[in-house]
Amino acid sequence: MARMKFLCDAERCIECNGCVTACKNENEVPWGVNRRRVVTINDGVVGAEKSISVACMHCSDAPCMAVCPVDCFYRTADGVVLHDKDLCIGCGYCFYACPFGAPQFPQAGAFGLRGKMDKCTFCAGGPEADKSDAEFKKYGRNRLAEGKLPACAEMCSTKALLGGDGDVIADIYRERVARRGNKGAEAWGWGSAYGQPPKGAAPAAPAAGGKS
Amino acid sequence: MRRLLLVAAAFCVAGCMEVEQTSGSGKMPGQTVKRDTSPWDNEPLALGPKWSKGDRNSWEEQIKRRQLNSQHEFMRGKQ
Repeated sequence: MARMKFLCDAERCIECNGCVTACKNENEVPWGVNRRRVVTINDGVVGAEKSISVACMHCSDAPCMAVCPVDCFYRTADGVVLHDKDLCIGCGYCFYACPFGAPQFPQAGAFGLRGKMDKCTFCAGGPEADKSDAEFKKYGRNRLAEGKLPACAEMCSTKALLGGDGDVIADIYRERVARRGNKGAEAWGWGSAYGQPPKGAAPAAPAAGGKS
Repeated sequence: MRRLLLVAAAFCVAGCMEVEQTSGSGKMPGQTVKRDTSPWDNEPLALGPKWSKGDRNSWEEQIKRRQLNSQHEFMRGKQ
């Protein structure tokens, strides 16, 4: 059974924001809402700067789903976490619960009034009739129903952003890591995904006054 | 003893289960919950990727083929 997942290869991402643009265009996402964005790690540190594209990661046990007071989230049979905007009350609990900052809230009016939550749908639409106007207006295009993959992953020019069946993503990434010369225990883990520290360098000390 | 083993086995495989995660469990009184349809229950587009309507396996197969073809450049080179 396919389980839909995203993975961003930090060794390949060139921060072109093509994925962000593709998502905005494909789903006609309103101004002020970013379902996907590119985050830079170690910004300005020579040789250590990396970028990754982040959106909803469609968690297997999603914290947004756990905290939602009106239970508007659901997980489809192919592992995509979606929500029903007709049930959403725009409370923002999911935003605080999500470790990726995926839930977005359009500024719907004066005095900081928040609209209903919007997030990456893995280009799978929502609970409205598939490929209908109502679905497109509320959730964006349903590419999975057209037999396609998310626009962001299909647009990525360096193939840094992989999206689709988790098993296939694992196969692709495993082969890449092996070609980079990482073997055995080095083949997986933080170092392989986000770069190794230079040999002989002391481990980075936590910033003074930072959060514990 | 056999019963104990069965209980132990059931306990061990309980972690492998996948619980259903649906919306609208009745937290809000009187709420109407819409149920989503699966992507494989759609008719394929005339000029798009092909699968048999309602057949999950054929939909998944074409998605995997598409993924390998568009995202796996080493395999794409071999084809």
